[in-house]
Parts: sequence; C-alpha cells; structure tokens
Amino acid sequence: MKRSDPVLLWWSLAAIGLLILPWHWLQSGHSVSALFAVFVGDADATSALMQALAHGRPWFWPILALWAVLGLALHGGFSREAKGKMLTWLGGLGLVAIILQGWLIGPRGWFSAVSPIMTPIFGELSERQFGVGVGGALTFFAFLFLFTEGLALRGKFGGDRFIAGSVGFLVACIVLFTVWPVATMLGQAFKAPSDQTLWVAFLDRFFNPKIWGLACTYSGSQCGVAWNTLALALSTATLATMLGLCFALIVTRTQFPFKRGMRMLTVLPIITPPFVIGLGLILIFGRSGLVNQWAEALFGWQLGRWIYGFDGVLLAQVFSFTPTAFLVLIGVVQGIAPSMEEASEMLRADRTRTFKAVTFPLMMPGLANAFLVVFVESLADFGNPIVLGGSFGVLSTEIFFAVVGAQADFGRAATLALILLSFALVAFFIQRKVVGKRSYVSVTGKGDTGFFRPLPDWVRRTAYAIALPWALLTVTVYTLALAGGFVKVWGRDWTPTLSHFGRAFAIEWGPHGLIWSGGAWSSLFTTIQLAGIAAPLTASVGLLAAWLLSRQRFAGKTALEFALMLTFCVPGTVIGVAYILTYNIPPVELTGTGLILIICFVFRNMPVGVRSGMAAMSQLDKSLDEAAVTLRASTFRTLRLVVLPLMKPAIVTALIYSFVRAMTTVSAVIFLVSAQHEMATVFIINRVINGDYGLAIAYSTVLIVLMMAAIGLITLLVGERKLGRRKAEARIAVETSPAGASS
Amino acid sequence: MITKKQAAEVRLERVAKRYGQVTAVKPLDLVIEPGSLVTLLGPSGCGKTTLLRMIAGLERVSEGKLFIGGRDVTDLSAGERNVSMVFQSYALFPHMSVLENVAFGLISGGMSKPESYAKAEEALSTVGLKGYGGRLPSEMSGGQQQRVAVARALVLEPDVLLFDEPLSNLDARLRRSMREEIRELQQRLGVTVVYVTHDQSEALAVSDKIVVMRAAEIAQAGAPRDLYEEPANTFVATFMGEANHVKAEVINVKGLRADVKLGEAIINLPARGLDSGSADLVIRPEAMRLHPAGTENTLSARVATATYMGGVAEYNLETPVGRLFVIAPEAHAVRAVGEDVGLSFAERGTILVKP
Repeated sequence: MKRSDPVLLWWSLAAIGLLILPWHWLQSGHSVSALFAVFVGDADATSALMQALAHGRPWFWPILALWAVLGLALHGGFSREAKGKMLTWLGGLGLVAIILQGWLIGPRGWFSAVSPIMTPIFGELSERQFGVGVGGALTFFAFLFLFTEGLALRGKFGGDRFIAGSVGFLVACIVLFTVWPVATMLGQAFKAPSDQTLWVAFLDRFFNPKIWGLACTYSGSQCGVAWNTLALALSTATLATMLGLCFALIVTRTQFPFKRGMRMLTVLPIITPPFVIGLGLILIFGRSGLVNQWAEALFGWQLGRWIYGFDGVLLAQVFSFTPTAFLVLIGVVQGIAPSMEEASEMLRADRTRTFKAVTFPLMMPGLANAFLVVFVESLADFGNPIVLGGSFGVLSTEIFFAVVGAQADFGRAATLALILLSFALVAFFIQRKVVGKRSYVSVTGKGDTGFFRPLPDWVRRTAYAIALPWALLTVTVYTLALAGGFVKVWGRDWTPTLSHFGRAFAIEWGPHGLIWSGGAWSSLFTTIQLAGIAAPLTASVGLLAAWLLSRQRFAGKTALEFALMLTFCVPGTVIGVAYILTYNIPPVELTGTGLILIICFVFRNMPVGVRSGMAAMSQLDKSLDEAAVTLRASTFRTLRLVVLPLMKPAIVTALIYSFVRAMTTVSAVIFLVSAQHEMATVFIINRVINGDYGLAIAYSTVLIVLMMAAIGLITLLVGERKLGRRKAEARIAVETSPAGASS
Repeated sequence: MITKKQAAEVRLERVAKRYGQVTAVKPLDLVIEPGSLVTLLGPSGCGKTTLLRMIAGLERVSEGKLFIGGRDVTDLSAGERNVSMVFQSYALFPHMSVLENVAFGLISGGMSKPESYAKAEEALSTVGLKGYGGRLPSEMSGGQQQRVAVARALVLEPDVLLFDEPLSNLDARLRRSMREEIRELQQRLGVTVVYVTHDQSEALAVSDKIVVMRAAEIAQAGAPRDLYEEPANTFVATFMGEANHVKAEVINVKGLRADVKLGEAIINLPARGLDSGSADLVIRPEAMRLHPAGTENTLSARVATATYMGGVAEYNLETPVGRLFVIAPEAHAVRAVGEDVGLSFAERGTILVKP
C-alpha cells in the first residue's frame, strides 16, 4: 500500500480552515449552515479568504500566500532536506502571521498596546475583528503540524513525524493555556492606574498591610492574608502528615482488622466536593450545630462561632487532606525494602532501634513529600475557606472577592494570585529537590525477599491512639454532613424530610412531556456533559504526554517535562483569574462558553492522566515497543497496537478520575461559569453562601453517590496495585510452584 | 584485624516450615560442620531460601529444633542468635555512609561509637575497602557494595555467616572473582558459612559440602565431588552438570561390580547396591569416546550433529537407546554428519542410578 504524504493532509486541512470555515468565533452559534456560509454578507462570519477578498481585511493575505507557497512542497521533486526546510520555514512563518494578526487587531481596530506603533505606519484601521473561531483554530494547528513535519523531515526528533507533532501540540497547548494566561495575569499585576507610575502601583498593591500585616502578633486584629495562608498551610500540612503516617503504619504494618475500611478513607477526598467537610463541621460546631446546642442545653455554655475562622478552616482542611497524605505515605511505607529492616534485625538492632535508625530515616523523604503535597493543596484550597473562613481570609478567597466583589479590582486579584503562585512554586521546587535527590523508595528488579518486621509496641500504640479516634471523627463528620440533607432545618426543626431533594431534583409531567423542574437539574446536566467531554480529552493528552516523557528521547525533553510539572502546580484560583483576564478579549475570546470550562478541566486534570500513564508505562517492558519498531511499525502504529492495549487499566483510571475531578472541582471553575454554563459545585457553593444548607447537602449527596459509582467502576476494572514483592500468601504460591521467580 | 575464633556447628533436627496447608520445607536433619562452607543448592522454589531464613531467625521454625554452637536457638530472634547475613540485594542502608552501615550492628550491640567505627574500619580493610568509609552505598559499584555487605556481616564475628544468593546481581566475570574472594575469606577466618545459590558451578567452586534440595526436601548432601561422581538419583546427576540419562539393564552382579547392557555394549561398572534388572544410567558427555563403526563392545551410533568448539568437538548421536550428547576431545578430526560410529564408555562418568 502506498502511504499518502501526511503533508497533503495538513495542507488540505489548512485549506478548509482558510477558504471555507468562518475564521472568527461566531457570536450567533455554530450551526452547520453557519460553518459553511462562505458567501454570507457579514464579514465576521465568513472565511479568511472571503474576508481578504471581499471585505477589505488585507491582514489575511500573508497567511493565504504562505499557504499557497506551501502547496509547492507537495510536489514530489524536492529532496527531503529541501522539503523539510520549506515546511519549517513556511509553516513557522504561517504561525507567526496568524499570531501577529490576532495580537495586533482587535474588536476596536489596533489593540491599544500596539496602536502607537502601528497607526503611524499603516494608518488608522477601520476594520476590526473578534476572537479566533473554528477556521482560525484549524488553520493554526494545520500550520503547526506542517511545521513539525518539516522538523521531522530535517531529522529533528529522530526524524519521527509523530513525536515531532505530539511535542509541537503539547508545547502549543502549554503555551496557549497556561503560560500565556499566567503571563497575562502577571502583566495585570504590573499594570498601573493612570495616576500612578508602574512601580509605585505595584509596590503599593504588593506591600499592602492587608497582605503582609502582622497586626495579629501584637493586637487583636487580623494579620495579612499572606501570613494567614502560610500559617494555615503549614499547620494543615504538619497535622495531616502526622495523621497520614499513623494511618499508613496501621494499614501496612499491623494486624488491624479493618484495613479495608481505612483504605476507603483515601477515596473520600476524590469523590467529595471540597466543601462537604466544611458543611459537616458547620452542622456540628456551627451556631446551630449539634455540639453548640448540646452545650447550651446541658451546661448553658455559649460556644459562639469559633468554627468560622482559622480553627475551623484548619480543622476542615486536616479532615480533607489527611487522606491525601495517607495515600502518599502508604506508597512510601510499602516502598521500603523489607530486607532493610531484616538486615537491621540481623545486625542486632531491636525493634525500636530498627524503627528509629532505619525505617524512619528511610521514610523521611516520603514524609517531606506528603507534607509538601498537603501544603500545596491547602494553599490552593478554596472550598473550605469560603465556607468556614468568615472574616479570616486566605489568598484564594481574597482573589475571588477581589474579582467578584463590588470593587472588581483585577490588579489586586493578579497581585494576590502572583503571591499565591510564588508560594506554590517555592513548595514545588523544594519538593523536587527533596524527592528528586533523596528518594530511597525504589521498587527495583532486584530480588528482595522477606517480610516487614513488626513495629515497636510504642509506635503501634501511638498510631492507634491517634488514628482511630480521628477515623471515627471523619466518618461522623461525613455522616452528619450528609444527614443534614434529610431534616427540615438543621438545629431547629428536626423533622425528617426529602423536600430538599425535591427542590433540587423535582420532575414534573407537563403538557409537553417531562419537565425537569428541580433547581439543580440544569447545572447537573451541564456538569455531566462538560465533564464527559473533558474526560477523554484529558486522558488522551495526559497519556500522550506520559508516553513522550517516559519512552521517547528528544531535545528539550527535560524542558518539556519541567514546563508540564510547573503547570500542574499553579493553584486553581490563579488559573481561574488568569483565564478570565486572558480569554475575555480577542484573539482568543472564550469567556462565557462551555469550551473554556472544558479547556480548564483538561489542563487542570492532566496530571491524573500523566501520572497513571507514567506508572503504567514503567511497568511495561520497553523492549515491547522496541520489538514493534524493529518489526517496522511506525511510532503511531506502535502506540496504537502495542502500548495502548497494554495500558487499558491506566486509560480507564485516567478517564474516570478526570471525569470525577471535573465534577468536583471548584477553585478555577468558580471564575469561569456563566448563566448558560453553571456547574454543580458552583451552584452548591452559592446555596451555602446563601445559608440554604439543606439543598446544598442534598445536591452534594447526589454528587457523592454518582462519584462512588464511578470509583466503584475503577476498582472493579483495575484492581489493587501490585508490587513485585511477596506477600505472605503470594510467597506460598512462589515457593510451591517450581517455576516461581526467585527463591 | 578480625580474628579467627572458635567456629560453631549448625544442627537442624527435624526442622520443617509450613505456611498453612503448604509445606515449604519438609522435616529434615542437617549438620553443618564448624568452619565449613555449605551451600544450599536447588532450583527456584525448592525451599533453600526458606531454610536459610530459618537459620537466620527471620522465619519461625514450624517444627523441629535448631542448634547453633550447641545452643538451642529455635525460639530466639534473629538478633539474639549471633548469626549474620549477606542479603541478595545487599540491603545496605542507603541513608547511611559505608562506615555507618558497617558499624550499625556493633552500635546495636551496645559498643561505643568510636570503638565501633574503629572496628568497622578494620572490617572494611579486611574486604579491601580501606578508605571508602565516607561514601554512600549508591556511590559504589556492585562489587564494592557486595564487599560492604560482607564486611557489615563479618564485623560482628558471627557464629555463622549466611549468604542469600550473594552474587546473583553481579556480572559473570565479577561473580567468578567474588566467589573466590568469599571462599578465601572464609578459609582465612575459619567461620562457618551457609550459602544459598541456584548456580551449580558456583556451588562446586566454593563449597566444602553441598546440600541439593528439591521440592522442599534434601535430594542429596555431600562433598562436591561425591555429588558429581556419585549422584544418588537422576535429579542430582542432571542438576550437577550436564548428563545423558538413559535406561539400561543390569545383567550380572559380582561383588561390588555389575555388568550393564546398553544396546549391544556391555559395560562393567561399580554396582552401587543395585541388583539385576532394569536401571537408570547417567552418562556425562565427556565419558564417551567415538570409535570406527563396528569396533568391539561399542554402542552403534550415527552422527546427527557435529559442532567444532575449538578445544573439543560436540556431537549429538542417534543410538538405539536414544539421542546422546557427547563431548569428544579429538577436535582435530570432527566426524561428518551421518557417519556411523561406535561408542565406548569410560567408568568414570558413567554412573548406575536406582530407577
């Protein structure tokens, strides 16, 4: 079979994008007829070619010309080298031309930033344009792939077109959807009002006592939000790591009978929207909470509203993130080679010395990692502080109020986001250093036999004493949080009722069929729909990235990996602010659309895909791909026929987790929802802010049940992670089968 | 310098290991002489590592008694037995320097730190790693890590030193030199060593005594030479080096000698307690000689494959009793494929085994 030239494909797609499809985003919706309305009178609704020909928009001519010249490359007469050169140069210039016209010309002619330079040269611009639409996007990516085809032809990326294209695509996405928004946001932080110079304005905003004030150390008033945030994150991380360690030790190193139940705890934070814990705490410790009512009834104590503030948020975060630390630490504790402890015991160390001198030091990097993971989660947490913070502000909530408040001060929001981002980045770099340099946890191929030695008694007792009450408390909080949906008014009227569910999910039978009359239906449908679209995209982009990073070698791989990891640590609120700042004006105008939510989900949740992909990849013998390659399979074919089928569990995990996370996320999304596209979590938060706890809880319950079903599906399909180490049962099997691995 | 001390004997009396319904080691008796190096040899899953770990105290004995140096250690923990072990993965503590690793056991035992470090330095020089104490294990090569592991075990002056497949993570060349080093060290210090391996050439090279295990029990125990030349059964014979295994018939026993009929050839061999009747015959490849076809008292054979190997020639021969693999010393005159030959059998390397 003759392979057709891939260049032809990209060139034809560029043709469709340039000649037929409307270049700009259609304000009136993307119906099929609108997509092919080439000869329509409205300049903004037609293709680039028609705009240049009939509507006096000459800035499309360079792009059209480059595309026409690229057609020559299709001619077979060129050498590989010459063709590669043509494609890189023309494709690259095409990208530049597209970006330039988008950046220079906006809805009011020249963009104000470039107007002073452009107006003298080209004169006042009478024409104007909106954000890029279907045609523009298609043309952009077609030119991008023509460019990468050129790079591959010239021997870059090992001459592999598929790798070149994938890397190009990822880089473009990272730049478009992370680097650019974050840069725009930073620009906003440095933007001055007309009466101030740039630096004065920035320093004024940055060194605001509301951010860095230390009043709480010497008077009764509040400290700055930056200190609040740091103090909260440090306390949460310390407590959650400690608790997580106790849980991990119990689950991996003791005979505790309810280990499975404990492991279930790790699933909770994934399936619950982040503010459920906050709700539960309000129902227990709030003004009309259980504890408060009892205290008043029994002893006449007024406990007041202590839960709203630092203590409450801390409590809620420790509840929320202990399972995260637990999950990280299970891996750490299991990862220590049992032979280490056996060796220690052979060297006459008793259990206490073994634990202190060997086990604990070996866990140190893992503990540091868990600490930093929780630290970053606490920094980025939005749900708990908004529900329980009261007058206690942290950066993520302050950013939100700066944007949605009466002031709508984007400069302040950007400055706060900048501070939050720097905290997250510092934590990220420390984490990289700690985990990268001193990780002792390794599952090597070396034959490690043996079992973990029992814990010293005092360690075991301490772990039990701390973890068991906490586990009980967690279950109580969750139970009460959900019970709140089934009584009329918590604290006042305890009559059991399903009315909250009724208000949220009522269905009526009208004259024209079913009417989804409940208040929650619209947001639930939107959420499921958008999460459903985002999940496969997230999984594919994530797995593609994982495959590139773990299996391929190309120039700039470390840089790509680093950039990717960096995008993962940008807190959600920062992304939210950055997205609205960037995408509410052309060239990419997406605010208010469902697309911006989908893009946000994909790039916020990509780590899930990358991580499960990397994990699966590391268990796949590399010689499998190599064998396929030596059997003359193209890279794409190898990926499709060899790697992907072997990674099915990872694909399923990535799919379901990204779906679940898209449904439960709040922080970035709260900035991006619109009347048309309301998300479930945002809907709930708004109910909570209005004090309508019943409905909020009823809705959360429905979400949790949905998520549980999804998680159940994962565990059914994928099963438990297998470490290449014998367990007591596994050992017997190995010893008795003559073909067992190592003896 | 680590001094030569009174070596200890290891004695196992009816020792067994069960996991629930499954028996990993069937009840067995074994005596390991003081100052000797004994290897536990066998295929994967035969129970040899379990046996070693029971001696170490890392695994409880299900039944039976275990004595080290005459002391009943059955119920003692690993730390109380005065044994030390070199792990397959070395199990060096990655967060401690080499010196700290070696001194770890001494400090555990209550020795002061300065004294422990001094002794650890000594132990390191015993294994030829003087001056490496400050390094981390990750900064050393595989062979050096192996030596650190040995030093860490030796410095405690254990009654018994245990090795769990210590060379399996090294490359072939290093394996050869390390096994000589271990043997030399053991001889110099006179310490009792129990050594687990699945590599028969390694076992032959280092051992005073080899214990061949199969399916949770001892197949045969003895000096390397006994096992090779006088295997108790065909499993041991084929596990200890290459061997052809054929059916033959004992036609006549006179005292300690027997006449064995193999095809048309009659071979006179030590009877090894066998009576007339069918028997198993184990023939080492180098115990056969090729002669022109029809030579008296030879087994007729036809060359199926012939391989020139430099020093020797290797043949696969079709014979009436089955296909035989032969290594012939006369490589200068390799026989042609299809050629008819007669096969004679040397007494050494042709062994009668009970069926």
